[in-house]
Amino acid sequence: MPDLILNGIRVEDTFAEAFDMAGTALVLTADTAEWAMIAAVTMTGFATSVIGCGAEAGIDTVLSPDDTPDGRPGVRVLLFGFDAGGLKDQLLRRVGQCVLTSPGSAVYAGIAWDDPNAAKAIKLGGAIRYFGDGFATAKRIDGRRYWRTPVMDGEFVCEHSVPTIQGAVGGGNLLFLGRRFPDTLRVAEIAVAAARTIPDAILPFPGGVVRSGSKVGARTKGMMASTNDAYCPTLKGRAGSLLPPEVDVVLEIVIDGLSAGAVSAAMRAALHASTAAGADLGLVAVTAGNYGGNLGRHHFHLRDLLGAAA
Amino acid sequence: MTTLTLRAAPPERLDLAGLTPAALAGLSDGEAARLAVGTSRHALALGDCFAITLDGSDELRIVGATERLDRIGAGLAAGRIVVEGDVGQRLGAGMTGGTITVSGSAGPFAGTAARGGTIRIAGDAAESAGGAIHGAPAGLDGATLLIGGRAGDRLGDRMRAGLIVVREAGDHAASRMIAGTIVAEAVGDHPGYGMRRGTLVAARHGALLPTFVETGRQDLVVLRLLAKSIATHAPWAAALLRGPMRRYGGDLATLGKGELFTPVG
Repeated sequence: MPDLILNGIRVEDTFAEAFDMAGTALVLTADTAEWAMIAAVTMTGFATSVIGCGAEAGIDTVLSPDDTPDGRPGVRVLLFGFDAGGLKDQLLRRVGQCVLTSPGSAVYAGIAWDDPNAAKAIKLGGAIRYFGDGFATAKRIDGRRYWRTPVMDGEFVCEHSVPTIQGAVGGGNLLFLGRRFPDTLRVAEIAVAAARTIPDAILPFPGGVVRSGSKVGARTKGMMASTNDAYCPTLKGRAGSLLPPEVDVVLEIVIDGLSAGAVSAAMRAALHASTAAGADLGLVAVTAGNYGGNLGRHHFHLRDLLGAAA
Repeated sequence: MTTLTLRAAPPERLDLAGLTPAALAGLSDGEAARLAVGTSRHALALGDCFAITLDGSDELRIVGATERLDRIGAGLAAGRIVVEGDVGQRLGAGMTGGTITVSGSAGPFAGTAARGGTIRIAGDAAESAGGAIHGAPAGLDGATLLIGGRAGDRLGDRMRAGLIVVREAGDHAASRMIAGTIVAEAVGDHPGYGMRRGTLVAARHGALLPTFVETGRQDLVVLRLLAKSIATHAPWAAALLRGPMRRYGGDLATLGKGELFTPVG
């Protein structure tokens, strides 16, 4: 397979294989930007992989008071699940345990109700209100219904329900093949920073980076996934290794988005930023992970991402 | 714009329920003139009292209106009704959408059972604005009622949903309120009598019921949501909501989930 070149860096002519997911967005607000971020970080914690965590979640963007329903600082977070049922379960757990508990917090739908891709809504505040033990009250403002649950710092305001989105995609990815760990980590950080500028997309792994890329299945019975041995540098030289001799470290970024377009745009931004910085940081090549194309409906070909965004 | 111009003070109360832009749009001048509006055995028709100009638009203008014109805009679902003058009772009763604008004052029960749309009264409103008519389950039920002047007693009586913004109101504002929001610069004595749920915000108020208890100074998020929503309708009301507030909960003689906010001062 012929390779491609971007900013002098080799880009393998392959594709990232991604999957349909159930997704939604929330706007979390608080009295200060710091506390809004604390609520967001807590809620999106332990949400790197839907297989092990039940959900994939991350921070999409920081919102100014002008951009939130209650005029306070806010953070928009995205949450993805295997299906609507799994998403609802995780949404209720995470808002109930991580945002309801956070001082001064409030929760609103992060997807516009008139969004053409808005899908079935999940009852959120309408479920959490039972924490109020019958003392909660609802208030309808401009057609949106909010539950006010009495808590020890006043009230927890949470929108009655939040829409999910049709067309959410999880699993866009890029792998950076480098020479040295610090330099390759820096490349990954640059890629993450670029991808995070794209709205409606998140990178759920720690700092946006995953060092333990996986393959489907394992030699050990019962394991759903195991280490991506083809890209482990300590396994170079064995049959199945895909690493050239000069590559001593591989790092991956994974991208989930509310649409395939958001994932594609984030991958494009990451690819361009990483290759632009890659020459000085010993980046050998960029590739992407897939499962042969038979598992995921969405194939993001790196060849299609080489040009500037349309 | 379709226009109805009152020729002279009517000899009896007139019932204009159902005279909406949509209802008039498909009528000829003759058909419109024969619409019954009288409330006595004299069987007055629209053409007996008004000069009628129809153009099929979604806007209806009523010129020279008096307090004897009842139920203007009742059942309105869409479009706009502009009234020049005063109106009688039950303005916009049961409307579900559209807007009604009155340059003068309104009689009792303005906006009763209105589920959607906006009513804007430049002058005063009589008793039970946004309130339930006798025996009805609910008063204002989701619409927005904006009163530029003073409202009478029992503003929002048995109101179930929606928003009322008023400069001043009489006694027993928000009485028997089921839910919804009222914002006023001043209300009279005993606001929230029998209030079950809902929010009453008043810069000044008369004597409070002993069944309302102070819950302290609170900067609640819901007031910010309300302020943002109201800002386009009444900037003064939004400014009131953004200030520091003291909250009273009640009416504890009933469900007790209602609340009265008044500025800390």
